[in-house]
Amino acid sequence: MKVGLFVTCLVDLMRPRIAFAAIRLLEAAGCEVVVPLSQTCCGQPAYNSGERRAARLLAEKVIEEFETCEHVVAPSGSCAGMIRMHYPDLFVDDPAWRERAAALAARTHELSDFLATVVKLDKVPGDFAGTVTYHDACSGLRELGVKAQPRALLAKMPGVHLVEMDGAEECCGFGGAFAVKFGDISARLAEKKCDNVRASGADAVVLGDLGCMLNIEGKLRRMGDEKTRVLHIAEILSGEA
Amino acid sequence: MQIRSMHFKARAGAAAADRALQSKLATAKGLFVDGRRRAVADIDLEATREASRAIRNRAVENLDLWLERFEQEATRRGGQVLWARDGAEICRLVADIARRHGVKKAIKSKSMLSEEAGLNAALEAAGVQPVETDLGEYILQINDNEPPSHIIAPVIHKTKEEVADLFARVHGKPRKTEIGEMTREAREMLRTHFLSADMGISGGNFLVAETGSVALVTNEGNGRMVTTLPKVHVVITGVEKVVPTLEDLATLMRILPRSATGQSISNYFSVLTGVKRPEDTDGPEHLYFILVDNGRVDLLGGDFQDMLRCIRCAACMNHCPVYQTIGGHAYGWVYPGPMGSVLTPLFVGIENALDLPHAATMCNQCGVVCPVKIPLPELMRKLREQQVERRLRPWGERTALGLWAWLARHPSLYALVAKLGVRYLNWLAEGGDRIRVMGVAPSWTDGRDFPAPEGRTFRELYAKRPKT
Repeated sequence: MKVGLFVTCLVDLMRPRIAFAAIRLLEAAGCEVVVPLSQTCCGQPAYNSGERRAARLLAEKVIEEFETCEHVVAPSGSCAGMIRMHYPDLFVDDPAWRERAAALAARTHELSDFLATVVKLDKVPGDFAGTVTYHDACSGLRELGVKAQPRALLAKMPGVHLVEMDGAEECCGFGGAFAVKFGDISARLAEKKCDNVRASGADAVVLGDLGCMLNIEGKLRRMGDEKTRVLHIAEILSGEA
Repeated sequence: MQIRSMHFKARAGAAAADRALQSKLATAKGLFVDGRRRAVADIDLEATREASRAIRNRAVENLDLWLERFEQEATRRGGQVLWARDGAEICRLVADIARRHGVKKAIKSKSMLSEEAGLNAALEAAGVQPVETDLGEYILQINDNEPPSHIIAPVIHKTKEEVADLFARVHGKPRKTEIGEMTREAREMLRTHFLSADMGISGGNFLVAETGSVALVTNEGNGRMVTTLPKVHVVITGVEKVVPTLEDLATLMRILPRSATGQSISNYFSVLTGVKRPEDTDGPEHLYFILVDNGRVDLLGGDFQDMLRCIRCAACMNHCPVYQTIGGHAYGWVYPGPMGSVLTPLFVGIENALDLPHAATMCNQCGVVCPVKIPLPELMRKLREQQVERRLRPWGERTALGLWAWLARHPSLYALVAKLGVRYLNWLAEGGDRIRVMGVAPSWTDGRDFPAPEGRTFRELYAKRPKT
């Protein structure tokens, strides 16, 4: 099965190891992984800023880069949600492009969702000894229904003890440009999230989106918490945590 | 009400630092969010949401027909239907009615339209004393006409102690802090007004076209007093509040109190139809409906028609992480939270509320709890698009986005800039794992660290990977 990895711009910049971990996981599931190197960004920053034209041009680029793949997988619910839920809307006035967008949208998945429900990964390569809590990122949860999938995968790791924190489904306050436009509100939301993470007593908070990751890790460290680890689901599943 | 939405950023920033406010909002969140979760468990939530959406759509899509039907039925039962284009017309119509009936004092139950119009000030100018009788609204009125901060719990931003101080000061009685005693004191103050008022003014949760009725959903007895004691009753509500039938009303009533306060039914639910008949023991002799446009009709047939389904339950703000952090006043007009971030720009002008559609993380918590399935984040995004189309965004933001979007379409150049950017960030991190001060985005590092990148971009590392 030929799977295109949509790396995402934040993973490319900030955490390449997450993309490598994703590749290992997909290969462990028997996929042939291709990584189109001309890829940049899904266009969500433009889309959410009201720059529809720019978002559409980037969507066309992503569609052209990935439409030969059987599936597209992103280590992000936010970027996968952009392609899956919003790309078709960008082409309402262009039936030909809309059809191509809809076809790609239907084959695009968030990583844990793909592993758990499409390829039904049986044996998780990695293990992790410790207590973890899972943060449900907004787009993954409310656009794509990613909730049980990462937990089911974590449950396959014998050393992992999963505890649920209060408000696991509440926004961490990142919100893309929101984090900078309204930095004070955003940081306050991150603080509430971090309070819940810490109260859970977990050694690590696991999540599936880079935006939340940067926000939560940045706030934990600013709060003086050097201990709680912030891990992407791909890192922990691949055994690199 | 005076529009202060342009000052959102500064006021929201101050509110975000207000821990006392957040602890009050946390109490409200516990009450409303947990309450809703429990209350919706005993209905088929998704089926009821879908049915409610369909009912509201049916009403909105043929609004003119249902309003005409409402007018016929209400008129047939002795009511008089008046139409107001905007807030000024509401004020003029109410003042005219007051003058016609020699009204000196008007008692009011909650009406957000009255806030839109600034009705209380207009009544005072016309020589009529307005008295708010909803406990929350009463507290705000005696506190020098403070604006509400929530559409169904207007005084959610105050503690019991703050209200105790206010009562002691304004009522001139010994300070009480026991809630039962405090409400008793407020009722004693209000009783004389109930008995001496010549006019009652209420909002309306729904208008029923087939019977010409207004439905009121309340939790205090004041609504009944306002609508039955005085000889004149004036209902002020938006034109979009009409629903075709009583059956429709019954469906919506399964979801409104549950979504709003987590109640399966409110303490009081009144369906008021017509003037007092000879055989009735109470009710108004004169009944007026002021049905208000004030920006609503312009939404028909456009990108924002979905917003007209809104039944003002407040579930969106109760569940909004931003509202839970800053409260309602920062939004600067009548409607706060996600529904306010859509309605305010549409009603007062996009250019007068530029921050509101951006004051959201797009987490879609509002969208998933909305009882009539209004896609609130999508509507906020459409408002952002309109700001771009009308060139209302700041120059710096547009340039930065334009440059970034151009780069993102030129992969080789993008790869180079990414490579340099990552090195710059690592330089800022001074070899450590975090950036404490970031000059390009101080608003990030004011409140948290920015984790340092690994050091190389994925595409650099991928190009050098060992080939298998």
